[in-house]
Amino acid sequence: MPAAGDKIPSAAGLRREAAAPILTLTVRRKVYRPADAAPVEAVRDLAVSVRAGETLCLIGPSGAGKTTTLRILLGLDRDFEGSLATAPDLRIGMVFQEPRLLPWRSVEENVRLSLPRPERGRSLDALFDELGLAEWRDRYPRALSLGMARRVALARALALAPGLLVLDEPFVSLDDAAAASLRAAVFGSAGSRGAAVLMVTHNVPEALAVADRLLLLSGRPARLAGEVALPTPRAERGRDWLEATRRDLAAKFPGTVAEG
Amino acid sequence: MPLRAGRRLMALLARLASALILLACWWLASRFVDPRTLPSPEAVAAFVGREAASGDLLRNIGITLWRVVASFVLAMATGAVLGIALGRSRTADRLLDTPLLVLLNTPALIVTVLAYIWLGLTETAAILAVALNKMPNVAVILREGARGLDPGLEEMAQAFRYDRRTWIRHVLLPQLEPFAVAATRSGISLAWKIVLVVELLGRPNGVGYAISYYFQLFDVAALIGYSLVFSAVMLAVDALLLQPLDAHARRWR
Repeated sequence: MPAAGDKIPSAAGLRREAAAPILTLTVRRKVYRPADAAPVEAVRDLAVSVRAGETLCLIGPSGAGKTTTLRILLGLDRDFEGSLATAPDLRIGMVFQEPRLLPWRSVEENVRLSLPRPERGRSLDALFDELGLAEWRDRYPRALSLGMARRVALARALALAPGLLVLDEPFVSLDDAAAASLRAAVFGSAGSRGAAVLMVTHNVPEALAVADRLLLLSGRPARLAGEVALPTPRAERGRDWLEATRRDLAAKFPGTVAEG
Repeated sequence: MPLRAGRRLMALLARLASALILLACWWLASRFVDPRTLPSPEAVAAFVGREAASGDLLRNIGITLWRVVASFVLAMATGAVLGIALGRSRTADRLLDTPLLVLLNTPALIVTVLAYIWLGLTETAAILAVALNKMPNVAVILREGARGLDPGLEEMAQAFRYDRRTWIRHVLLPQLEPFAVAATRSGISLAWKIVLVVELLGRPNGVGYAISYYFQLFDVAALIGYSLVFSAVMLAVDALLLQPLDAHARRWR
């Protein structure tokens, strides 16, 4: 007869599970070797681990190898020194900076195609309603504004029911209203699904507003300059807190967080 | 959309008017020259009527059309596979670029004569000769398409673990579609011109054969008649088959 503890995980077990990272990436070195130019070192000594349900922001100056790091993290680039370990059933939903929708497929097909074949027939009504895309399902991406296209890209990532949502500069080049509405959609839907979020950004105030943890990168080759936990609950992060934290970070990591 | 329909009607009327003006010029010119050199439109129409009544017109056009379709399908299939391979693999491109260039610049006549010498005066030789003439052209156009695949979409497809079938159908083919349509439209007109040469050299039937026969009789009305009827058939193919295909390929733009 199984013990009760087998069915109902103990509090300690839950805590252990929450603390075990769903993804651990260690990059000792990543070097690009172009055929006709000198090798370029893009990343050195970078360790990232993501725990279930947390929001992690990767901050660094532009051109610092953030995109390279993302490619490695997604398993798209295996040519590096280091290791990548993910929880066995982890699904990663990716939202690229450019929406990267298939222009010749409708909004709905774009979302559906991201699913593994057996799941393609599933109803997506709830997802489209949640993201306010219901009336756009049959349209082609050409008809969408950048904000709407990113929303479709978000729907495509969320349709997978990801344990980890990875976003590359998701709010860049949107006006304030569009950015705010997309931000609410991202963190609302990730929160309600318990998905961890890894967001790459160079916008420090944006990261401070949402992150549980910050990873600060230095310039090329990308290196971990620092890791900052932000235990203050999001609701209590007022303007003063943001300003003080930002100034504090700017003093500690001048290469990554600009004064201003 | 009444505006667009009106514009389409105007374009149709303009086309019709230009055809009528051409016909009038032809009729007028035929009044002043030897009717054996330039027969009048009535004479040509009378020939087409006679040839149609005897059944020769339909038979010859039918057999030529079949050769156009068979060689065209063969050229499109092999040319597309080759072009995609060349566009995707640098090694394949380096290896096969020169032979492709040689074939592209070999006159249609030489390919045809060699095919007839090596394979005999057969249907296979005729179709193969036309296909070989057209294939490098398709390969070159589709190579351009395969070279220009969007790397962002490639990465997206990898990140979402698209399987091979999904990738081919939803990522690769839609990007090649405009190139395939261009190759089709330029190809089908090229194919039928070469088919006539191939028929003239070594086939006992078809429009090409009929033209060589009436050339020996110096029957200009027959030459113009066959040429006009076959051009009309190809125009119809373009309007009824290729243009809708083109519109379908562009529907999302």
